[in-house]
Amino acid sequence: MTSNPLRDPRDRRIPRVAGPCVLVLFGVTGDLAGKKLLPAIYDLANRGLLPPGFSLVGFARRDWEDEDFAKITHDAIKAHSRTPFREAVWQQVSEGVRFVPGEFADDAAFDRLAQTVRQLDAERGTGGNYAFYLSIPPKAFPQVVGQLKRSGLSTPHVRPDGHLPWRRVVIEKPFGHDLASARELNAMLDAVFPESSIFRIDHYLGKETVQNILALRFANTLWEPIWNRGYVDHVQITMAEDIGIGGRAGYYDGIGAARDVIQNHLLQLLALTAMEEPVSFDASALRLEKEKTLSAVKIPEDLAVGTARGQYAAGWQGGIKVQGFLEEDGIPLDSITETYAAVRLEVDTRRWAGVPFYLRTGKRLPSRMTELALMFQRAPHLPFAATDTGELGQNALVIRVQPDEGITVRFGSKVPGSAMEVRDVNMDFAYGESFTESSPEAYERLLLDVLIGDPPLFPRQEEVELSWRILDPIEDFWATHGKPEQYPAGTAGPASADALIARDGRAWRRL
Amino acid sequence: MMIDLTDTSTHAVRDALTRARDQMGGPTTGMVLNLIIMTDESAQYDAVRAATQAGREHPCRVLGVIARDPDAESRLDAEIRTGEGAPGQTVLLRMYGPMGLHADSVVTPLLVPDTPVVTWWPRNGPAVPSGDPLGMLAQRRVTDAASAPDPGEALVALAVGYRPGDTDLSWTRATPWRSLLAATLDQQHGEITGGSVTAEPRNPSADLIAAWLSGRLGAPFTRDVSGGPGITEVRFTTTDGDITITRPDGRTATLSRPDQPDRRVALHRRDTTDLLAEELRRLNPDEVYGEALTRFAAVTGR
Repeated sequence: MTSNPLRDPRDRRIPRVAGPCVLVLFGVTGDLAGKKLLPAIYDLANRGLLPPGFSLVGFARRDWEDEDFAKITHDAIKAHSRTPFREAVWQQVSEGVRFVPGEFADDAAFDRLAQTVRQLDAERGTGGNYAFYLSIPPKAFPQVVGQLKRSGLSTPHVRPDGHLPWRRVVIEKPFGHDLASARELNAMLDAVFPESSIFRIDHYLGKETVQNILALRFANTLWEPIWNRGYVDHVQITMAEDIGIGGRAGYYDGIGAARDVIQNHLLQLLALTAMEEPVSFDASALRLEKEKTLSAVKIPEDLAVGTARGQYAAGWQGGIKVQGFLEEDGIPLDSITETYAAVRLEVDTRRWAGVPFYLRTGKRLPSRMTELALMFQRAPHLPFAATDTGELGQNALVIRVQPDEGITVRFGSKVPGSAMEVRDVNMDFAYGESFTESSPEAYERLLLDVLIGDPPLFPRQEEVELSWRILDPIEDFWATHGKPEQYPAGTAGPASADALIARDGRAWRRL
Repeated sequence: MMIDLTDTSTHAVRDALTRARDQMGGPTTGMVLNLIIMTDESAQYDAVRAATQAGREHPCRVLGVIARDPDAESRLDAEIRTGEGAPGQTVLLRMYGPMGLHADSVVTPLLVPDTPVVTWWPRNGPAVPSGDPLGMLAQRRVTDAASAPDPGEALVALAVGYRPGDTDLSWTRATPWRSLLAATLDQQHGEITGGSVTAEPRNPSADLIAAWLSGRLGAPFTRDVSGGPGITEVRFTTTDGDITITRPDGRTATLSRPDQPDRRVALHRRDTTDLLAEELRRLNPDEVYGEALTRFAAVTGR
């Protein structure tokens, strides 16, 4: 198609808008759909980013009519949308809402689904473009993908106007539970959808702060000279949660903290921090640099001292008495699933040789926070008396991913007074408040990218496989070497994690 | 926190701002811009309120310049507000007497250093914004032709005095329409031979959209009149038939294309806060506006 004369790169006001399409959502009764996906669809519509005629089809094992699903959608939007509720916008969204009841095994249900989307093409001009969002347990993927193929939904046909519609499939983590299963999953998807139309959502990559890592690093001159082993002493990447596993026992048992968080979120953060500058910000260049970095990650030689894991025991978290992991409903008493994982990685490149990257994540920790901290080396010489700098720590650059998104720079400053005394102070950048229309939720950004077909923020299969290559030996070691250490809920993790970093003469940042 | 300073000096206002920041524990450290609002007593409330709300997205120091009795003795009254539901600080500066002609001398010392300056005239903007003393301080100058008695004439005047960095809220109001029009032409369509933009009379946004469309598409777009509200229809005449977007109620638009079902899309009119927030998002010159404005002036030939 020829380029659109109304679009001009200088015209920064006009946003990217998705073309006509249908979003087919599997798993509409799930938590994610209610809290994030349906509200995100409304917020996109409210910001004028969805095309006229955009339609949403829900598929689930419920005896619902279109109106029932519309009601569920309406309630989810009212409760969780970020932007104000406007009747006209809701009208626009609700006109395109359809529901198809059925089981994943039921051929007739998928035939009805195919009929429904074709009808939407005719009634609402959605142009035969379909995105399938699989917000369902991974074990159901093969069945659903198989049904999409069988019913012909996955195969686009050339339209009367000569235009070939697109098909996209969206999946959520976990992308397998090890390298072999990740490959299996991919082979199954790949048989039906080409790699370019598979969108793997890691919602961390949709966050403003995470995208800002790229801006911070590659739009400034300030950081690049010190962003290397010459100045950086070590890097700490943390995702701490204060909650327990809640009702997710069925998913969590056997998966654990490392597979749930380190494999995707933390390794992606590591890749963005450690990678070299991509030649451009298009998807392939960006992913290439991330893949290079992930392929250079080295795990500890002695996994017994280079990794740590734990399970939360009963304790007090935030003033509330909570039960331990083994006492949670649905968790067997002899479970060796870890709820805390820490690992010391290195990146074998000229830039990072010898700089440890400490990754940790856990549940029932003192507070909820995700951050990425570059801890700098101490000054090689301090021309002050030792007592003057007793309270001077390491300089630090901290990217706070959530909550309280922003950047902190920590450095020493003179304490006012007649004596020369140097103490650490913070310089803070906080993101403009999130209650404005322009600062989108991660899922909004990612859904829009799916509908537009813009892939840079979605990890490619190679990245997934490289991440499993890093994690698999650690998981194998853990599976054969005893049980995770208990740590009381509300504390900062097991003693072995403290020992892991203390061995290098360093300490974890306070949670 | 509110601080009233009567018959004061810029020096005292600066000291008060610093003191207020220290007492509040530094809520204003992340300010990303200075926003000067040139207004009068009757319009200041709404303008400052919109600016404060937009300040949630763009934490800023708002300097409201309110001209009072020009025949009085020179005097400055200042009203400082911080920490009231939005980051940043708001200072209302009431200038009496000849001081009002030298507002820039009051405003300059109160600007946050190292931070861009935007000047906004909610009403009665100057014909040459970059020539105004307060406009000269700013890299972005925002007027609103829709507030003029004859908006078309105001646009022509702005076109004559246009310098990169000028923008007008009537252009900002056009963004949702322009976005929808651009998205419409993302789809396959016949060759566009012309069209029309229909709106209530005295709608400068419609004037600018018509100029923008004819400029970008190289085809004539007429500006037709309806009863409103706002813009009611845009029509592309193509070799395959007409593509129209109609919005009779100011809320929901219907997109009609040849051989395709009608589609509806919400297209609501936005309030000043939203307009201002969009305007402050980017501070580099809006060249596309400059082209549309210049074209409009050339076509009307006034």
